[in-house]
Amino acid sequence: MLSKWRQISLVASALMLGLPLFVIVAALLALPLGGDFTTLSHLWDTVIPEYVRHSLLLMLGVAVGVITLGVGTAWLTTSCRFPGQRILSWALLLPLAMPAYITAYTYTGMLDYSGLVQTSLRDAFGWGYGDYWFPQIRSLGGAIVVLSLVLFPYVYLITRATFLQQSATTLEAGRSLGLSPWQCFWRIALPLARPAIVTGATLALMETLADYGTVQYFGVTTFTTGIFRTWYGLGDLTGALQLAGLLLAAVIALILIERWSRKQARYDQRNPRPAAPFQLRGSKAWLASAACWLPLLLGFILPALQLTSWSIERWQVWTDADFWQLAWNSFALAFTAALLVVTVALWLAYGRRQLPTKLVRTSVAFAGLGYAIPGLVIAVGLLVLLSGADQMIIAASESLFGWDPGLLLSGTLFALLFAYTVRFLSVALQTVQAGLAEIRPSMDEAARIHGYRPFQVLRAIHLPLLRPSVLTAIILVGVDVLKELPATLVLRPFDFNTLAVRAYEMAGDERLADAGPPALMMVMVGLIPVILLSRAMLKSQQHALKEQDFVPVTA
Amino acid sequence: MRLPQMQKLLSLSALALAFSASIANAATVNVYSARKEALIKPVLEQFSEKTGIEVRLLTGNGNALLARLENEGENTPADLFLTVDAGNLHRAAEADIFQPITDKSILSKVPSHLHGTDNLWIGLSLRARPIFYAKDRVDPSELSGYQDLAADKWDNNVCIRSSDNIYNQSLTAALIEHWGVEETESWARGLVDNFAKPPVGGDRDQIKAVAAGVCDLAVANTYYLGLMEASSDAEEREAASKVAIFWPNQTSFGTHVNVSGIGLTKHAKNKAAAQQLMDYLLSPEAQQWYAATNNEYPAVEGVEWSEPLQNWGQFKMDDLEMAVLGENNAVAVKLMNRAGWR
Repeated sequence: MLSKWRQISLVASALMLGLPLFVIVAALLALPLGGDFTTLSHLWDTVIPEYVRHSLLLMLGVAVGVITLGVGTAWLTTSCRFPGQRILSWALLLPLAMPAYITAYTYTGMLDYSGLVQTSLRDAFGWGYGDYWFPQIRSLGGAIVVLSLVLFPYVYLITRATFLQQSATTLEAGRSLGLSPWQCFWRIALPLARPAIVTGATLALMETLADYGTVQYFGVTTFTTGIFRTWYGLGDLTGALQLAGLLLAAVIALILIERWSRKQARYDQRNPRPAAPFQLRGSKAWLASAACWLPLLLGFILPALQLTSWSIERWQVWTDADFWQLAWNSFALAFTAALLVVTVALWLAYGRRQLPTKLVRTSVAFAGLGYAIPGLVIAVGLLVLLSGADQMIIAASESLFGWDPGLLLSGTLFALLFAYTVRFLSVALQTVQAGLAEIRPSMDEAARIHGYRPFQVLRAIHLPLLRPSVLTAIILVGVDVLKELPATLVLRPFDFNTLAVRAYEMAGDERLADAGPPALMMVMVGLIPVILLSRAMLKSQQHALKEQDFVPVTA
Repeated sequence: MRLPQMQKLLSLSALALAFSASIANAATVNVYSARKEALIKPVLEQFSEKTGIEVRLLTGNGNALLARLENEGENTPADLFLTVDAGNLHRAAEADIFQPITDKSILSKVPSHLHGTDNLWIGLSLRARPIFYAKDRVDPSELSGYQDLAADKWDNNVCIRSSDNIYNQSLTAALIEHWGVEETESWARGLVDNFAKPPVGGDRDQIKAVAAGVCDLAVANTYYLGLMEASSDAEEREAASKVAIFWPNQTSFGTHVNVSGIGLTKHAKNKAAAQQLMDYLLSPEAQQWYAATNNEYPAVEGVEWSEPLQNWGQFKMDDLEMAVLGENNAVAVKLMNRAGWR
């Protein structure tokens, strides 16, 4: 009986979060029911094939990019010792603090034909335009590079956690059988880390699909461009929602394929001893070091330097009280949202674990789909819903009390927090679930046999083991909220601005230097939690490893 | 223990809400603005200082703000909606979120072709979209108008941004009105053939491309040149010095211009204050600041142009009804899709 209520409440809360997505699905479903095909068929004949092709190429490129960078750096920093390895192990998270569109601005500022690099080349060799070949940064290739550089930490973070927990005995068995470090990586560590890699890459790809800022700035026409073009250009919001519905369908397909390919394989394992690291020396050590510094340099240090130079140019801004207010708004919002989203994710992930009925699993999965939908589309779906709810509240209040309370839900911070939850639940959910997956069900069962109540199991066993993933989820969501732009732009209340809004307004007007200070501030605000929490996380990971009793490998 | 506390808190916050609402009603006006904060807030603050009326501002993308207005319906807190581009203003008028402006003193300040249909909105400033050319490679006597952009003579030599951009959509919408759909479509195809590079970047990038020698001609809004001329970056100033403005179609319909404008929302709760603010925005001092701060042309005639504008010289503006740009927008976008203008 109790579990029945639990199930109902779980499904209900998951569906609540999925409500804005229903608006999108409804737009798509309305089509066969005598809907208006004209916009879609025009788009189908003219531009959609190109959008789809570009989106697929972009995803393919970003997938290769983030997996290569993320897994490579994660393996090197966990299993090898070389100069700089300790700093790198947390510094490699820094690119996360850099919004993709800001990185795009900075690279364009440097590499465009009127940028510093090409101008210096022309001056140095007396060339004119067309006398030499230079890669065009504003292109599909450029977008792949920029997105990979910014998104690879998702893969790095999650894969690294797995590598740290990988059983030393498995790796040592491999080594004793004569495998070289490379072979250990390819034949043991990599296959075992597959769920983590897939989780990280899925997050990166969903973010890629939802990205609008970068691709628009680079003039790459992807599916998202199509959505906005239909809305802004053709003034057809329904058509835009229909396209978003198609995008949603594609994402569901992607997830299903991934699930199906993973089938019933289980990967949970824990081990007390981290595997002994390979001590790299000489040229190998330098190579490893360079391989890790390069993505950090390109994904964080160079863009941050560019932002710093713009910020120095506009130093007056830093003395402005309004500017610090923006920073506070951004931070407070990100922190509140992160706690909220992670709490919701824990509640859903737990429910799913304890009551893994088909209904619960499906509705939880549905609630997590928002990540691949552009924030603006979610915002619109939410606007429709909340305005409707507000109208009902106002009508009820007027008939009961004769008093008009105004808009209580839409146009307040509530709407904003709701939107962030819908948009970023997936990040928290995936991270928490990855953590939960590593707690073997037998541990729960053992505790229950010893008379622990579910809540006690949570406190005594799960929370200590889950701490790394919960912290990870809080960082990821917090930093994502900090960078979030489109939904914030649509749903925020009067006179409430964030750093992202300010940076966007300036950059949108092509005042890149003016966008410098808010962008730099955003990066710095994002850095504090990234650094603090990633260090705490590493510590608690090592701590957890020490405390664990010996468990044989079950994979 | 807990419940009474909760009740206290709730009633207190309800009280606070009621108070803030009643105070707010006394002397505020709420503005949704698609014009960026930096380009509007100072003038709103000046208004508050003068009149004691508080102005609450929400900036954002024009289409998104419009969606918000539509959904909020009669509960919207917004009294005024300010947005840029005639296409966006028209869309707002079509969405039925405006009420006609009836105040004669406001209407008479601005020429009538800058009013929306039924006076649903009114123009605040004008931006021109002429052709830019490389001073050292192009003789302006070779040029006559927008039709040149599609001529074989300029093959591989024209820079313009993506058709996603509303400025290009409105330009095409205007040309459709003057030339008809067929001729405009063949013009768009010719233009696409003449692209020197993919249509990426903003207007400023197109001007820089001319300076860097990527192309000889570019299309951009004039205020970007103004920003470049006043830039703190020496290279930008140098790039700006290498290009010049050619005012197209001076012997026919004139150079394409667009507006930023404002309208009174249908469910405005602070109508009197809102009208006062509109009136102020059309006063000479506000007009001068509003236009000059973004190198735009004032909508009110007789207001002095800012210095860069005076340097660029007088020209014939296309005095097409602004509402037409909005009406033709969807046709223009589809036409550009067909022409392969990305």
